Order: sequence, then structure tokens, then C-alpha cells
Amino acid sequence: MQVDLTKVKAYGDTLNDGAVQLSFTLPVPAGEEAREAARQLALKMGLESPAVTEMADLGAGFSFFVVYGRCPHSVDYTAIKIPKREHEIMSFDEVNEFVRRELKKKVVVVAACTGTDAHTVGIDAIVNMKGYAGEYGLERYPEFEAYNLGSQVPNAELLAKAVEHGADAVLVSQVVTQKNIHLENLTELIELAEAEGIRDRMLFICGGPRISHELAIELGYDAGFGPGTLPNHVASFIVKELARRKKQ
Amino acid sequence: MENKLNLDQAIIDGARAAASRIADALHSWISLYTTTTIERAVARLVGIDGVDAAGVPLPNVLVDRLHEKGLLGHGLLSWLARAMISTGQGPQEIAEAVAGGKLDVSAVPALPEEKWRDLGDGLAAEAAAKITARRLEREQMMATAAPERKPLLYVIVATGNIYEDAVQAKAAALQGADIIAVIRHTGQSLLDYVPYGPTTEGYGGTYATQENFRIVRRALDEAIKETGRYIRLVNYCSGLCMPEIAAMGALERLDMMLNDAMYGILFRDINMRRTLIDQHFSRMINAFAGIIINTGEDNYLTTADAYEKGYTVIASQFINEQLALRSGLREEQMGLGHAFEINPAMEDGLLMEIAQAQLCRELFPRSPLKYMPPTKHVTGDIFSTYLINGMFNLVSILTGQEIQLLGMLTEAIHTPFLSDRYLAIKNARYVFNNARHLGEEIIIKEQGRIQARAVELLNRAYALLKEIEKIGLEEALERGFFADIKRSRDGGKGKEGVVLKEKDYYNPFPEIFLQRSAAKDDDGRAC
Repeated sequence: MQVDLTKVKAYGDTLNDGAVQLSFTLPVPAGEEAREAARQLALKMGLESPAVTEMADLGAGFSFFVVYGRCPHSVDYTAIKIPKREHEIMSFDEVNEFVRRELKKKVVVVAACTGTDAHTVGIDAIVNMKGYAGEYGLERYPEFEAYNLGSQVPNAELLAKAVEHGADAVLVSQVVTQKNIHLENLTELIELAEAEGIRDRMLFICGGPRISHELAIELGYDAGFGPGTLPNHVASFIVKELARRKKQ
Repeated sequence: MENKLNLDQAIIDGARAAASRIADALHSWISLYTTTTIERAVARLVGIDGVDAAGVPLPNVLVDRLHEKGLLGHGLLSWLARAMISTGQGPQEIAEAVAGGKLDVSAVPALPEEKWRDLGDGLAAEAAAKITARRLEREQMMATAAPERKPLLYVIVATGNIYEDAVQAKAAALQGADIIAVIRHTGQSLLDYVPYGPTTEGYGGTYATQENFRIVRRALDEAIKETGRYIRLVNYCSGLCMPEIAAMGALERLDMMLNDAMYGILFRDINMRRTLIDQHFSRMINAFAGIIINTGEDNYLTTADAYEKGYTVIASQFINEQLALRSGLREEQMGLGHAFEINPAMEDGLLMEIAQAQLCRELFPRSPLKYMPPTKHVTGDIFSTYLINGMFNLVSILTGQEIQLLGMLTEAIHTPFLSDRYLAIKNARYVFNNARHLGEEIIIKEQGRIQARAVELLNRAYALLKEIEKIGLEEALERGFFADIKRSRDGGKGKEGVVLKEKDYYNPFPEIFLQRSAAKDDDGRAC
């Protein structure tokens, strides 16, 4: 099987068949007209020979569809450039050893879930002693001094604490993303930090289910971590980046 | 309740007795205090509503003035009764006069108790009658509705816009949901007031306001007419305004309230004393209104590890039960919470979930247990999440859970789409119907893995309760016994709202609320 990386198409069971599946709801009652509306919508999305494989009545004038079709479009995979964190991932022991060898001081991290967001699950997974999926959190790292401020922390308070503790890195978690509240909140933190002249004194790192490294860079952060991140990923980035800056 | 787990009744009794003594220790001081939100709830119960020119709710305006003048420790209602006598006006007019600067709270003359007492008692009796009418209305509607099949299907709507919520709530009811919660705006728990009027903007949910309660209640009452089923409405009696939300819910015929004794302390960093005082009054209102409370132990398992800390859920359920009993709640009104949160990658994780769920069932046989879906370990792989939710539903029907908060396949992605709820209901209906009597057919192997896990959970919960009894709940919370979260006794938000009651403190509501629950049924239990 020879894949042409300049023209990559979706794959169902045959190369270049372009097969995709999607589901959506229409605010019209289920019926033959609704089914046809779903098919036409799929056509307008550019799908070829769309098949409505399921229509369900959701009540109150809504209907739900599962649709399969062939997407004729392709992308040039070879032309894609994604900014990546270039640091290698180290283990818990390697990170601590690295700090002792290269930084020769404890790494201070201040973390919070900011704004009105009350979901601490992300920040807890990274910072709390216990960690996540068998990886200890930053509080457990002997060479780290980690402060988890919890949830619903105003941006100004997070910065004040970061200054008070002499933080090397600030970690912000944003879980609620309704109406892009997380973007406003993350932007405000960087603006505040710049206004107070402390943006370059510490690393600013954000994380959450809808955060990517690319988005974080765009918002003015040093790094962003999305789903599947473990504490040692964040720790590795922090210590490597601090070491890099120290050498400059 | 069949004893499938071979539990030692002496240990169950010991755990319950320890929890009872823990609750007694708290109640040695809870009744010495009132709080700003309790007094605001009293204001709301006697009909004070609306906002001043600056948008501040009138209950806040009035209570703040009384608090500033050091008068709150006597109770709002004695002041109000005297103000009514001296001005000849009603509660709402008086609150408006205070807000408009026309009435100075300290200018209301002192009067001997016999002069105003009947008026105060009358206001309270009138408020209680309104709540009773809403309770009877519910009982009436339920009596004529189709019989319920448990587990009840519970879904949430969370658009931020109450009018959109109402449409989605009704759609969910028509799809088969029995219980609908309008998720609250994420920041509301820390507001020391209840917003006023209908709201159309909120993040992660919609503000709880009395008008919003009314709007969704109306939509669900339409759904009741259309489906012939009673559809229950839920909101969040938590945060800094527990008593006020309870009062609003009682007046607008909500059916369930998230109403935990410790949730605010642990997860919102609300002052310990404030929360414990507030939960007591709010639960009395809920008890009187016939509302089922939901406790929040499920949250422990999203912060701490569900397998390692499963026993803390059991210990907390015992404490929540004892505190709830002291507020007049019947066991049938206690939707004790737990969750399906063990890492799905764990070998035999399903067996451990069955052990936990069956244990809750056997320890609290009359409680309409509230079972929460997997959230912590589900991912953007909606197909996998849908399967895990099916396993969650299977455990529920197997172990006789009653309030099933349905897992959403997009849990890890966004607040649910309309179709996510439809798929969740379809999943639950399939599993519940397809395995309806599985629990009656299955015997759990003696000394097997499930029994061993249940016994371990109970033993550890009992040990924890004994330790908490020794040091007191306050100290236990300081040491991080629950959810791995430590809270200091004097820290947290809202402590300035705690007020020592004066000798002549007057608030007739607790007596009215507890009186009803003091009535006994044939088994000698509160009814």
C-alpha cells in the first residue's frame, strides 16, 4: 500500500475511499423531510454519496442522525508544521536528578484553576502528591516546591502568590470552555503579568482538555498541555526550559 | 434488604453509632449560631424578594443593615414583626423602605415579646403553609402519574441561558428522563447572595434564581402533562446560600437538591462553621418540603483515587446520614452519593465497583442512593466512554441504585449536546430493561473478591469513623481525611456571616420544620 503523503484522504477500509462518519441533530421533527434535510446538509459539507444510516426522534421537534459519506478532499501531510515542545520526557527520578545537577536549587511552582472554573481535576492530577495514572504529582518531587491554590482563583491572586513564593513556573488549568471563557481567562493572566512586569520572570504554562501547545504559544504562554498529560511531562518541560534559560 | 455481602451487623451498628456521636458533637454548637444566609432565608420565606436600585437583593440589604447594627443575633423575624407593628406595613414594603433609606433599622422600637410574638409566629405559619401546599401539590401529581421505575434517569442541562435550558429540559423529559438538573453557573457557590430574575448568561451552567426555578418548573410541568410521568427538577443547595436556595426551591416545588453537609468546605473552601450551620437549616427546609437531598461523596473520588479512598465515601455517607436525621430528613429523602470512578484499566475494576455499590445499598437500605457516572477516566474517545457508561448502568441495575445520573459520551469534551442526552437515555434504558432482574438472580460468592472488598471498605470506614469521633470532624477536615483536601477550622469564605445567637433569638421555623418530621409512621420512624 503506497500512501501519497501529499494527498492524504480519510480511510474507511480501502485506501483513498475518503470514508467518514458523523452525527448531528437538526431542530426539525423526525420524518422523511428531516432525513432528506440531513442528507442535503451532508452534501453541502462536501461529502459524496452520503447515507443517513440512522434517524431518531429526540422529541420536542428535534431529530438525530448518523451519516456516512465519502470526503473527496485531501491534505498535504508533508507541508504541515506544528510547533512542538522540543524537550524530551524524563522520569520522576531523572527530573529530580536533573534539578540537582543542572539547576542546583528547588524549582518553585504555583498552580491554580483560575477564574470561575471550579474543576480541579486537571490541576490536581498534575500537582497533587498522588498524581495521575501512577505518576506522582509535582508535590511529591523532592526537588520541587509546589503550591496548588485550588479552584476559582482570580488571576491577580495567582500572580500575587507566584511573586510571594518566587515561582519559577506558573501552572494554570482551564476545564470549562463554554463560550470560550478559558481563552479570555488565559489571555487576561498574561496581560496582567505583562502589566506587572513579571511575564519574563517565570514560565507560564497552561493545561486542560481543550488546550494544545500551539494554542498556548498563540496566547503568549511558554507551553500548553492537553489531554493525556502526566506530571512528569510538565516537570520535564519546566526543568529543561529553566536550564536552557539559565545557560543563556 | 438481602445480605449478599455477608456483612457483620455489629460493625454496621458500630459505624452508625460512631457517626451519630460525631453528629452530636457538631450539634453541641451548631444551634448556638445563626448566619446571614439563614436570616436571608427567613426574609425570603416571609415574602421579601426583589432588588434595590443597585441590584442588591432586598434580603441582603435588610440582613446587612441588621448585621451592621449588631441586631442580627436577635433574629430577623422579631425585628420584622416589630417593624410591621410600628409602621403598619408588610414585610416587602418594610424591606423596600430600608433599601430606600426611609427606614433606619435601629429606629424600630423595642416591644415586649407578647406584643409581636403572635405576628411573627403567624408569618412563619403562613410561609410553612405555602411550602406545605407545594409539597401536597407534588404528592398529588405523583399519585396520578405513571408509577416510577427505578433507577430514575437523571440528566443535566447546562446552557447558561435559562430559556434554552427550559427547552432542553423539556426535550430530555420527552426522551425519557425522570430527573433534570439545571447545572449552576460555576461561580455561584461563592456568591454571598442569590441573583434575581431570569438569567441568560452563565458559564458551565445557569444561575440559580427563583425566577429561573419557576421557568424550568413550568416547562417540566408541561412535560408531565404530555408524558403522564412526574418529572423531577433538581438544583444546587450548596455554596454560601444553602438556606436561601432551599427556601426558593421549597416555594417553587423543586424535587431534589444537591445538599451535602461538607461539600462546600472541601470543594469550595467555604468556612467550616458557616457550612455546618447552614446545612442544618437548609436541610430542615428540604425535609419539610418533601425534597430529596443528594449528597456529594462522589466528588471525593474525582479528587482522590476511587479504589484507595472508596472507604471514605462510606464513612462520609454515615456522617451525612446522621446530620440529615438531625434536620428531620427521612431516610427516603437521603440520596446518598457515590460514583463509578475506579480506573477502567484496573483488572477486576468492575467487581470493585459492584462491591462498593452493593455495600452502599446494604448499609442504607431505604436511601434512594444517587449513583454518579464515570468522569475522571473518560476521554475524548466517545465510543469507549459510551461503553464504560454501559458498564456503569449494569452495576446500577444489578445493585438496586435509585437515582442514576447518566454518563454522557462527551463528558470529557463539552457540556452535553441534546443528542448526547438522548444516547445516554437509550443506553440506560437498554441496560436496565435487558438486565432488569439480574440482581435478584445473582448470589455473590462467599468470601470471594466482591465480598472481601466490601468487608474491607466497611472495616476501614468504621476505623475512620472511630478516629474522627476521637478527634472531631473539624480536626478530621483539617487533616484532609476526605478527598485528600485539607481545610483549616478558621479559614475559608463566609465566616464573617456567622453570628452568635442572643438569648432572645427568635426564629420559629426550625420548630415548625422539625415538628412534621417528628410525626411517626407505623414503624415508629419519622414520616
